[in-house]
Amino acid sequence: MAATGYPIRRATTGEMGGLVLAAGCVLPLIIIAALTPDPAYAFHVSLAAVASLVAVFLIGNRCFSPAPSPAPQEIDGKPNYNMDPVKFATVAAMVWGIAGFTVGLIIALQLAFPDLNFDLPWTNFGRMRPLHTSAVIFAFGGNVLIGTSFYVVQRTSRARLAGDIAPWFVILGYNFFIVLAGTGYLLGITQGKEYAEPEWYADLWLTIVWVVYLLVFLATLAKRKEPHIYVANWFYLGFILTIAVLHIGNNLALPVSILSPKSYVIWSGVQDAMFQWWYGHNAVGFFLTAGFLAIMYYFVPKRAGRPVYSYRLSIIHFWALIFLYIWAGPHHLHYTALPDWAQTLGMTFSIMLWMPSWGGMINGLMTLSGAWDKLRTDPVLRMMVVSLAFYGMSTFEGPLMSIKAVNSLSHYTDWTIGHVHSGALGWVAYISFGAIYCLVPWLWNRRELYSLKLVNWHFWISTLGIVFYISAMWVSGIMQGLMWRAYTSLGFLEYSFIETVAAMKPYYVIRALGGGLFLTGALIMAFNLWMTVRHGTVDAPSDDHALQPQLVPAQ
Amino acid sequence: MSSIENPAPRKSLWLKHKIFETNSIILVIGVLLVISVGGLVEIAPLFYLRNTIEKVEGMRPYTPLELAGRAIYVREGCYNCHSQMIRPLRDEIERYGPYSLAAESMYDKPFQWGSKRTGPDLSRVGGKYSDEWQLGHLNQPRALVPQSIMPGYPFLAKTELHFGDIADHLRANRGGGVPYTDAMIAQAASDLEAQATPDHPRAAELEARYPKVQIRDFDGDPKRITEADALIAYLQVLGTLVDFKLYDTKANIR
Repeated sequence: MAATGYPIRRATTGEMGGLVLAAGCVLPLIIIAALTPDPAYAFHVSLAAVASLVAVFLIGNRCFSPAPSPAPQEIDGKPNYNMDPVKFATVAAMVWGIAGFTVGLIIALQLAFPDLNFDLPWTNFGRMRPLHTSAVIFAFGGNVLIGTSFYVVQRTSRARLAGDIAPWFVILGYNFFIVLAGTGYLLGITQGKEYAEPEWYADLWLTIVWVVYLLVFLATLAKRKEPHIYVANWFYLGFILTIAVLHIGNNLALPVSILSPKSYVIWSGVQDAMFQWWYGHNAVGFFLTAGFLAIMYYFVPKRAGRPVYSYRLSIIHFWALIFLYIWAGPHHLHYTALPDWAQTLGMTFSIMLWMPSWGGMINGLMTLSGAWDKLRTDPVLRMMVVSLAFYGMSTFEGPLMSIKAVNSLSHYTDWTIGHVHSGALGWVAYISFGAIYCLVPWLWNRRELYSLKLVNWHFWISTLGIVFYISAMWVSGIMQGLMWRAYTSLGFLEYSFIETVAAMKPYYVIRALGGGLFLTGALIMAFNLWMTVRHGTVDAPSDDHALQPQLVPAQ
Repeated sequence: MSSIENPAPRKSLWLKHKIFETNSIILVIGVLLVISVGGLVEIAPLFYLRNTIEKVEGMRPYTPLELAGRAIYVREGCYNCHSQMIRPLRDEIERYGPYSLAAESMYDKPFQWGSKRTGPDLSRVGGKYSDEWQLGHLNQPRALVPQSIMPGYPFLAKTELHFGDIADHLRANRGGGVPYTDAMIAQAASDLEAQATPDHPRAAELEARYPKVQIRDFDGDPKRITEADALIAYLQVLGTLVDFKLYDTKANIR
């Protein structure tokens, strides 16, 4: 500790390590940026160099701050929670969410009105679509997951987040990955693997960030004051670990050179397809499901003021879900050149997956036992309950679509898009909105949200939007599938491909309308949250919302 | 909470779960074991079961120009709307041609089977349309297909292809198992030029290395090798390497 009168103190080991690493990166990055012939790659490497300099500045600045270092673990016998990274992630989630929904609306309009592609490289559908999917899944969803996991693991462990600068490294590093990914797509840097489009250097960076994330999470669990690890943390841990395995397995690639953004995945053809959908389906299973189920297991009981319905069901739910999900990938490859035995396994396990999915839904819904009346008065809780209903619907529709006979009709059509969005908008986004509506007053110490009425407007406008969206896609998808296989009485194919494209137009317009409504709802939400932070009544600091949503653990 | 009201009997199996709830490292190991099973069972056999990839005549690695074209196909995200996988269904075979074989994508890094047909399947689009049609369609899709919703790609024909590091691309593919020879890698840049230039002096070498290669100026601009040259060369090779008049489906029943 600094003993002199200077405001400077001795840097901690973490700060020193961070300084050295960040500073050490700057020069090599500048050299690579100067040597590469690819301007888009030079831009990315320069961004990384600037980010390293900013990191040096931020850590250096921190050493001059008057705050004691390291921050105390407890103040007056209460855990000194580290909520600033959570706040950052919450704000980032809203910003990325609105950006991602907007890009979604734009590409929906491009399909209805193709002139909106403007025939430019940076604005065509093929580059904008990965921008949309990554922005909503990884930027919006990822920030919600990292933010809530850091919140929940602290609260349920009654311990301060482990690490000094490590949590900030995770949050900022992850968002830097998002910037690399998103700008990369628009500049034409992509691996061409769905939901795994970022190139080798962004993948390497994400791997580092993710390992630190896992370590922060585990180290916080290790400091816990509670004897048992709360169920939400099992799901968070399952999500973090499995995403690490999937990310590494699917993205093993050989770069063309260190001066090129391009790489070639080491798998080829049919094996690459299997790896891709092992990854792709479990990005759904572990990122968009297990992670958000963790949110359900914390925020639904908290908001309803009831304990989780069944402890035993939670155990079955957790193990059955993670065991079965990993098998389901081949249902994305029905009737392809993937061997039949693999397709059949994928279908079988996808159907079995229905059970743990509904088990989880029931565990969430029944948590409201004795508190159903709150649905009348609390639109935030209503949003979370409706998210569970959508979860139940999507996890019924999914096994249905994984049956080969159904899949032969639904595959390659908009039915898949509708299915994904009933899950993504109805389940993932709604449970996230519910969690953020809970979190913002807690984090910024406000008594309540600025306006529950606006939450109600958000709820109804976006629900209407989802209904427009998914019903338009059901109709267009099934119609397209039927038109492709329609024969005339003379035994000829009845429709040319372009006729099936033209028939989609009205549904693409309705879908865009639905997306517009959903975006409107999110903008109302952002306004509501802004007013909550800016003008909400400050709550007397109390610990009452730290009450645990308890499971009864095995004795 | 049922277990408060009815305490579990002492030897209940549920009590065993305590070990996962009180020890994060055991929980980590448990999760890793449980998630490994499905992936191992479904993925590992694909690397050693010999009937996973059929034995066919005619498959060869992409020429350097086709490989560069494929990189543009990937860059522009064509896979977001076009599949390259014909399923063994009556209507698809009549619409697009013989169903796709695993062997036909054995050198594809990454595979581009796709998941959505906003536009038609492209796995056998090679030779279906002329180069002029492809170029005109890329430049202005609705000039040729009025109801099309495809974006226009007029910039491809205006952009010169950068292929200074094309040999490194072949080398990276070889690292992942594509059988490019030393000569193919050494001559990559000259092979690329030869394919896009009619009457190129090294055309014979190119043909020897890559059977069935189509050599011509693809974009109607013989002065330059553009990105449109590369992309059209790639589109025109799709589905043309395996001759289905000679292919014996019965020999490969899996």
